[in-house]
Amino acid sequence: MAKGVKPRVKVPKSASAGDTITIKTLISHKMESGQRKDGDGNPIPRSIINRFTCEFNGQSVIDINLDAAISTNPYFEFEAKVPEAGEFKFTWYDDDGSVYEEIKSIAVN
Amino acid sequence: MELTRRKALMLGAGVTALAFMPFTPASAAVEDAIAEFTGGADAGEGDITLITPEIAENGNTVPVSVDAPGAVSIAIFAAGNPNPDVVTFNFGPLAASHSASTRMRLAGTQDVIAIAKMPDGSFIRAANQVKVTIGGCGG
Repeated sequence: MAKGVKPRVKVPKSASAGDTITIKTLISHKMESGQRKDGDGNPIPRSIINRFTCEFNGQSVIDINLDAAISTNPYFEFEAKVPEAGEFKFTWYDDDGSVYEEIKSIAVN
Repeated sequence: MELTRRKALMLGAGVTALAFMPFTPASAAVEDAIAEFTGGADAGEGDITLITPEIAENGNTVPVSVDAPGAVSIAIFAAGNPNPDVVTFNFGPLAASHSASTRMRLAGTQDVIAIAKMPDGSFIRAANQVKVTIGGCGG
């Protein structure tokens, strides 16, 4: 499922060095759990995002394994340290092998 | 057949056992899922906070937050779901706090369990009951 998937990430534009920031991420994805049945009673196969990672300048902030019990349009909120200016890289891994990426840079003042 | 007190008590015990039977498979599944995460180790009490709503009107999106200072990773399990695994947060060196929030699906009223793995290899757990008005597993 590669259609209609749109990542949205909220990261502050700047922070002081060593600051803690809150990051909110959301990706539009139907997260088909594999539990539902279609009109003919056949189970609809599972199609979810199974992993999400956030890295800052190549160092891991959080690495999340998702299961089918995560809601449609998976949303995550977590906190990160900002030791220097750089880039946050967000990656979502789909069951079908697709990988969705988003990059946000942050300045240090 | 004469119904003695002893027979009545045994009958009562049997009925109680039957009444609990339907829950056994679900709880066995969640115990298996937890054992897979902990490697069979016992999870004790500790500094872990699990925030869930007391009553969730819609089981499709139930907000959940966990916070366990110092934890390496935190896993969340839903004891009454067909598949009890919900999510596992693995914190990296740049995680400012060992907490995270997300939204999950719950099939019905059930216990939600959070287990945190600490740096010394021990595990701590917290559990909350969530009452769900409309289940979130479709049909």
